[in-house]
This record gives sequence, C-alpha cells and structure tokens, in this order.
Amino acid sequence: MTRVGAAIVLLAVLAAIIGPVIVPFDPADQELALRLEGPTGQHWFGLDELGRDIFARVLSGARISLLVGLVVVGVSSLVGTLLGSIAGYFGGLVDECLSRVMDILLAFPGLLLAIAMVAVLGPSLTNVILALSLIGWVGYARLVRGQVLRTRELEFVQAARALGAGTPRILARHVIPTALPAVTVQATLGMGGAILAEASLSFLGLGVQPPTPSWGTMLSYGKAHLLEAPHLTIFPGLAIAILVLGFNFLGDGLRDALDPQTQSRLKT
Amino acid sequence: MGRFLARRLVLTIPVLLGVATLVFSLIHLIPGDPAQALGEAAPQSDVEELRRRLGLDKPLVEQYGVFLQGLVKGDLGTSLRTGEPVTDQIVERMPATFELAAAAMFVAIAFSMPLGILAAVRRGTAVDHAAMTVSLAGVSVPNFWLGPLLAIVFAVELGWLPVSGRGTWAHLVLPAISLGAALAAILARMTRATLLEELREQYVQAARARGVSRMRAILRHAFRNSLIPVVTLLGLQFGAVLTGAVITETIFAWPGIGRLLIQSIGFRDYPLVQGCILLIALTYVGVNLLTDVIYGVLDPRIRYE
Repeated sequence: MTRVGAAIVLLAVLAAIIGPVIVPFDPADQELALRLEGPTGQHWFGLDELGRDIFARVLSGARISLLVGLVVVGVSSLVGTLLGSIAGYFGGLVDECLSRVMDILLAFPGLLLAIAMVAVLGPSLTNVILALSLIGWVGYARLVRGQVLRTRELEFVQAARALGAGTPRILARHVIPTALPAVTVQATLGMGGAILAEASLSFLGLGVQPPTPSWGTMLSYGKAHLLEAPHLTIFPGLAIAILVLGFNFLGDGLRDALDPQTQSRLKT
Repeated sequence: MGRFLARRLVLTIPVLLGVATLVFSLIHLIPGDPAQALGEAAPQSDVEELRRRLGLDKPLVEQYGVFLQGLVKGDLGTSLRTGEPVTDQIVERMPATFELAAAAMFVAIAFSMPLGILAAVRRGTAVDHAAMTVSLAGVSVPNFWLGPLLAIVFAVELGWLPVSGRGTWAHLVLPAISLGAALAAILARMTRATLLEELREQYVQAARARGVSRMRAILRHAFRNSLIPVVTLLGLQFGAVLTGAVITETIFAWPGIGRLLIQSIGFRDYPLVQGCILLIALTYVGVNLLTDVIYGVLDPRIRYE
C-alpha cells in the first residue's frame, strides 16, 4: 500500500505541475452554451455551472491543495519541532508555559479554531494557510517534546554535554534528529489532513475564493446542481479522496518503516 | 477517586479560562472591530452607536472583565442581526446538534466494532487487509463529499430517505452516516489493534485452556478489556464529530449550532460567532474531562499516576 500511496502522490504532483500546461482548456475559460454538460470525449469531467472545463479546474485545484499542504506542514513541523524540543530539553518554566499554550490550543476541536480565525480575518488562501499553521504546530510540538524528554537523559547526549557542546549544537546535532522519523510520519499524514482542512474551509465559503479553482469551492458550487449535474460534485470529491488516501497510505507505510514502536502497537 | 476527580477538575479551570480568553482575543484584538458588520457604507453615527451597544468603546481590560462575568452567568451578549440573546439562540439549537452527534457516534460504533473484531480475528488474511483498506479510505473521504453522494443515491435516486431538514428518524440517517463514517474508520483500526494486543495476554489463553470457546474468549474476555483505549479515542474524537457537524449540518440543512455558526459568520454576527465557538470548545473540554474520569473508573491504575 505504501507504493500505491507513493504512486498516487507522485502522480498528483506531476498532474499539478504539468497538467495545467498540457490540457488544452484554461480553467477560467467559459463556454456558457455548454454549461453543466456531462463528461464527453472533449471535456473528460464535463463542464461546470459557468461552462468551465472541470478536468482543467481539478488539475489547477491540485496546485492549490498541494501548495496549502506543503506550506502548512512545512511551517507547522518546523515551528512545532523547534518549540517542542525547547520545551522538552529545558523543562521547568519554559516547558510549563509552552505546555499550557498547547493545552489551550488542543482544547479546540479540529477545525474549529481555523474556522474562527478565518471568520474574523476574512476568507482567503493566505488566511487559510495562516490559520492552519497556527493550530498545526501543536501536534508536532507535543510529539517532539515527548521524544526529547526521553532523549535528553541518554548517555550520548550527556557525553556531548561533557565534551563541552553548546545547547544549540546538542539540540540540532543530537536531540532533534532522534525525533525526525516520527516527525516525518506525522508530516506525511499531516499533508492529507491539511488538504482536507483547506477543502473543508473552502467548501464552507471560508477558504479559497472564486474564480481560483479549489476542490472545496468546486464542491460547494456543485451542491446547488447536485440533481441535474452530479459530475460537478463527483470529480473534485474523488480528487480529494484519492490524494488524501495516497498520503495516508504513504504515511502508514513510513510509520511501519521509520517508527517501529508505533508500528508494533498498531499492527501487533 | 475523589482526589483524582478534584485534581482533574482543577486542571481543567486554566484550560477553560484560556479557551475563553483566546476566543475573546480573536474577536477583539483583530484590526477593526465587530461593528464593521454594518458594512463600509454605514453612517459613522450608526457605527458609534453599535460600538457603544456592544461595549466596544470601553477599555479592553474592562471589556474582558464584562465578558468573563457574562460567561459565568451564561450571558453571551445579543445577536447583532436578531437582537435576541445569544444564549437563547444557542440553547434552542443545542438539542439538534447533540442528537446528530449522538447518532453519528452510534453509527460509528455499530460499524467499527464488528469490522475491527473481524479484522483482528482474521488477522493477516484478505478479510483483514480489505477491512483496513476500507477503514483508511473512510478516513480519506471528506464528509462534504460523502453527504451529497449519499443524498443522490438514497434520497434522489431511490427516494428512501429525505434529502434535508430535521423531524423524523429518517431525516437523521444520512447526516449521521455522513458524519460518523470517518470516526467508524478510525475506531475500526483502533479496535483491531487493541484487540490483537489483548488476544496475546495470558488470561485469554487461560480462559481457552479452561474450555471457554474461542468466540466467548474473544468477546467476553479480550474485547471487553480492549475497550478501554477505544473509549478514550471516542472521547478525543468527539471534537472531530462536533467540527464535522458544522459541515454536515450545512449540507443537510440540519438546524444545529454548526449551521448557526456558519450562518452567523455569513452575517458577520460576531457575538453569535463567539458564542457558538465558545460552546463547541467548552463542550469538547467537558467531554474530554468526562473521558478522563471514565478512563479512571475503567482502569484504576490511571488514578495513581
């Protein structure tokens, strides 16, 4: 399944990069006479409510989804790893303060805080990325803090300290690398999560705004034409489900390979 | 048990205060203020009047104090759009959301437990692989896609169930399945993993040695003990159900707090937005506390940690 996941992700990345270039239709071009037309040999996924090619829009939407996933996961994992390792390594007041902040952020279920932030800041791609990153780092920080708490007392860390290595060097060279396998697994699974979150916000009208093609927005507009043109709903939804499934397969496989402790717990 | 409960309650107070403070900050510390809800074309006098009515002309610390006092008394302000108390509107919608959340959790448990048990019992077989692949697919399918697809098949094509609204149990079926599917997938994986761990334990083998049938050893002995982590997961996932309800209620025109939240965002009715978010977050904190307590009851070792 890991290979299937990797193939799906690779295909999606390729489709996002070269797809919009080789498809003969622009995602913004309208053929109003053919609006809501179903899939044909020319328009593989059919046309939407404004006569735009859904296949071209799904490919462009992949760019948005992958961009959101990459930026959110990149920022969240970087900030989370840094703050988590600081909390775990120094302990005391620093750990106490950071842990309380994490407790408060974790007290908000899933997307709720992102919905609240975007509701206040206004719907846009930038605000979606900002909101998802602001809540996303907590999961990584918790994970890394736990790993660092275990690692900091190990002999090789004490040896580095005894040899006169400074704290930044100990963190960067000895402590953080031990947490990286778990962070990699979480980041891969987090890509799927971020893509779903962006699509959810866009579906609710709080994310990417038209005319920019986003899978969530396409689904939201497809809802109004569910009866006469279900293809407006089927294809963008399928794209989300397949890409998220790809990242989940890949993340599961990486966990098996990189994180044997969790593997033994889940697979038994 | 009393000390355990007291400690958990005391630990919850700063979190509650933090949640309330964060929601207050979100609404009040952003550039501009909720009086912008009137729109850019609104006369300055109207904006000033609204600012006065909402207490936005007072110092921020005073506003925060008033907000906390109101929160303790259950007063969350008045809706900008309807002029009604926010608490009343939320209380009116609460039963619908809890009904949907409970039904979704029921659906999730009803699907996931047999699937998880089957996968564990048939470990390593095609049945196991199929069950786990289906469950991973369940986590990947967004509920805002599954909902409309279910509506097309069961409401439009087959005409078995109503497409939207609330009233009879039939109205509940599609939203509950749509909301519970992802949770079912997660629970099935967890049930399988924990049951496999329990099946290795000596007490299960001892039960088998005493002549207890395999099915009875699995269901009466191993499965019961495997439920402890599953209960915790169920509590933690309640938050995802509440957030998912925001989307599901929007799709199926279900008159709950989630739909109220999205509608109030559309109207820029900030007191109502603030109230809905607070209620959902506080419910989540409450359910987590309850999960902790249930965990402590089910597994006495937890209380001594």
